[in-house]
Amino acid sequence: MSGAVAAPALRVQRATLASRVGLVVGVVAVAVLAAGPLWARDSALRTLVGFFTLLALAAMWNLLAGYAGLVSIGQQAYVGLGAYGLLYFADTLGLNLFVSVLVAGLVGALVAVPTAALAFRLRGGYFAIGTWVIAEVYRLVVSNVSQLGGGSGLTLRAASAYDRTARLFATYELALAVGVGAVVLGYLLLRRRLGLALTAIRDQEAAAQRLGVDVFRTKFLVYVVAAFGCSLAGAVVYLNLLRVQPEAAFSVNWTAFMIFIVVIGGVGTIEGPIIGTIVFFVLQETLSGHGAWYLVLLGAVAVLVTLLARRGLWGLVAGRTGWSLFPVQRRLQELHPTEGR
Amino acid sequence: MTWLNDVVQGLLLGGLYALFATGLSLMFGVMRLVNLAHGDLSIVAAFLALAIVDTVPVNPLWTVPLVVPLMFGVGYLLQRGLLNYTLRGGDPLPPVLVTFGLSIILQNLLLEVFSADSQGLDAGRIEDASIRVSDRLAVGWFPLLTLLVGIAVLAGLQLLIGRTRLGRAFRATADDPEAASLVGLDHRHVYAMATGIALATVAIAGIFLGIRTTFAPSVGPTRLIFAFEAVVIGGLGSLWGTLLGGLVLGVAQTLGAQLSPGWGVLAGHLVFLAVLAFRPTGLLGKAVPA
Amino acid sequence: MLLQVDGVASFYGEFQALFDVSLEVAEGETVAVIGANGAGKSTLLRTVVGLMARTTGTVAFDGRPLEGVPTHRRLGLGIAMVPEGRRIFPSLTVEENLLVGAHRHRPGGWDAGRILELFPALADKRRRPGTRLSGGEQQMLAIGRALMANPRLLLLDEVSLGLAPIVVRRIYQALPEVVAGGATVVLVEQDIGRALRTADRVYCLLEGRVALQGPSGGLTRQQITDAYFGMRAGTGGGGRA
Repeated sequence: MSGAVAAPALRVQRATLASRVGLVVGVVAVAVLAAGPLWARDSALRTLVGFFTLLALAAMWNLLAGYAGLVSIGQQAYVGLGAYGLLYFADTLGLNLFVSVLVAGLVGALVAVPTAALAFRLRGGYFAIGTWVIAEVYRLVVSNVSQLGGGSGLTLRAASAYDRTARLFATYELALAVGVGAVVLGYLLLRRRLGLALTAIRDQEAAAQRLGVDVFRTKFLVYVVAAFGCSLAGAVVYLNLLRVQPEAAFSVNWTAFMIFIVVIGGVGTIEGPIIGTIVFFVLQETLSGHGAWYLVLLGAVAVLVTLLARRGLWGLVAGRTGWSLFPVQRRLQELHPTEGR
Repeated sequence: MTWLNDVVQGLLLGGLYALFATGLSLMFGVMRLVNLAHGDLSIVAAFLALAIVDTVPVNPLWTVPLVVPLMFGVGYLLQRGLLNYTLRGGDPLPPVLVTFGLSIILQNLLLEVFSADSQGLDAGRIEDASIRVSDRLAVGWFPLLTLLVGIAVLAGLQLLIGRTRLGRAFRATADDPEAASLVGLDHRHVYAMATGIALATVAIAGIFLGIRTTFAPSVGPTRLIFAFEAVVIGGLGSLWGTLLGGLVLGVAQTLGAQLSPGWGVLAGHLVFLAVLAFRPTGLLGKAVPA
Repeated sequence: MLLQVDGVASFYGEFQALFDVSLEVAEGETVAVIGANGAGKSTLLRTVVGLMARTTGTVAFDGRPLEGVPTHRRLGLGIAMVPEGRRIFPSLTVEENLLVGAHRHRPGGWDAGRILELFPALADKRRRPGTRLSGGEQQMLAIGRALMANPRLLLLDEVSLGLAPIVVRRIYQALPEVVAGGATVVLVEQDIGRALRTADRVYCLLEGRVALQGPSGGLTRQQITDAYFGMRAGTGGGGRA
């Protein structure tokens, strides 16, 4: 080899044209949605509350399974905890209704700490069922506490202190914030070192560990964050529905919906939960009259997508176009010698 | 001394749980697959038995020789046609997602075909007959039969795994699928046989459940949870551990229910969590790789 | 030709381990494949037995192309491999390891009794778990396991790896009887001297290609060293293509 050539200057680049366009579109969309109370009917706002909370839940499940490799079928535990947390802080303790939502989220995060300590002793499929069992434990404990309404549940009384329309608008904005926030949170988490660590864990856990990634702490952190998100979303759901029953609040159907949304949209992508939630809502509107067949279809589609299009709808799109609306991949870009930095 | 009676009833209940847990344990042992539709498949078997009994009025126990081979076939085809594809590539997500999806599909199909009503299989006098051991302790014939069948199934499976050609195939493929292919073992077939046997055992469990108590399309997941708890309490990797786990769970639930009717299932959950916290490998478990 | 390998390329994912490798083995021959670490020797055996996910070119056994034939069926056709690292089944006893070797029953003279005569060290350890043996005993067991299928073609991957010379000698002493029983042998061996002494013909691989081939008696030491290390007259270090 002849004399050494100066190593090219490199820059880490993340944004792409598609992502810049996506950012603009996204900001506009959020602004339009935030103005919802101005242009949408009350019933539409209620539906959107359901949409955004489900989006938040899906984003959280995606973070867990798609990035940390934690396949939990017990996230309904935190939905229920969020609901009952809201009840307790708002009704029993008399805290401000909307502050209670936040506190309920924190309760979920707090409970997640010892829960993770136990659940992490299991792996893979057994971890999955373990999380389900734990959710059942929470449900049974709550069902047996009469102050929380026992098996028949309670209604959120604190809500009646507010004017109905004002409450709806506030709930809507909160739901929007939670939904968008969950997606953005997931994105921010992945942009940082934590994100690289997570992707490494997802791809090759043993190798990641050897490279110094603290696998346990990373997974633990993600689990607690996801619990916070799910509890927050759960609180908002019941802020909207008002009537809390253990069977419904802790129902495994929450997880079934989360899984369906993320699988269809694309596991391990940030865009996936958004697409998945849209598809889910469309399906729900069109098929709701058909009873249990609707769920059979849901399950069948989830199975087929898992086997045939593992990266979901967004994976198919991104695969063809190379788009990335939420770019988390870093590219090395060689700088022209005259460019600085 | 009602607690003695409770312990005995709990042990008998545990026999049923062990029967449920056997298939789950087998599938995990051979191919590291946790079948989330396990409980629902037992309910499918119960409904099959119901369909037969509704057509030809026989004692439901007579449906066992029909339903069990049928469910074996279902298991073989399910593994070969669907689940084997989830095991490719070592990704932990697909098996969980597909079996979970299957669980949802089965529950809702049963719901559409049979309605949400609770059903029962009527086995006649054997259901109520009991042996009077003392004036405070009575042992039901049917629960005793269930326990004995559970033990027999486990013993049979242990013999199969330890002494037969198929059993060697199970163990070799579980140890090292690639080396197993070098000696001529087709893992697709070996896995399918394991699932077939697992579903055959869970079919017996489902029919016995249907005789002992009522069932409905939605009770599958509860069965899965109890089976799973029995496996974990007893210890992964040990078939006799699964029996012990089932017995412990049954006793815990029965004693818990004595304290307060709503607490039975919860007591079982708490024992499970305690084992997980203090003895994660289970009571009889060997150290099992992740 | 019992085994015909033609222009084979094999890949581990994106990484290419074999480039245009051709090799042939006549029935009854003993052929050795030698080469430095990473030359592709094990990859070649794995390709013959069907364990490589991505491979191009032809592998034909007794005239029949093996494309699309899965590994377990190749065993049925008569190709058995003793894998690198032995890979004894820990959940099976010594005896059961042998029995599982005969899972696919093929006609022939080998059975558990004859194998225990061939390797008497295993005889009194039949009921021990297969991995509770010394390295040499495990190697004998692995060979025995492969023989139980009465293979026409026996592939031996680095049987001397990690074993003391005296143990290696004991194992190689068993080879003539294996060949006499009707097996054609292809062995991968790090020890060049032993390879040349045992085999009729030799192939030397270098970085995924055949660098040298010929009858073991007809090659000079210089030729072999050159092919093994990739040195060619005129160039300095290892010539990377």
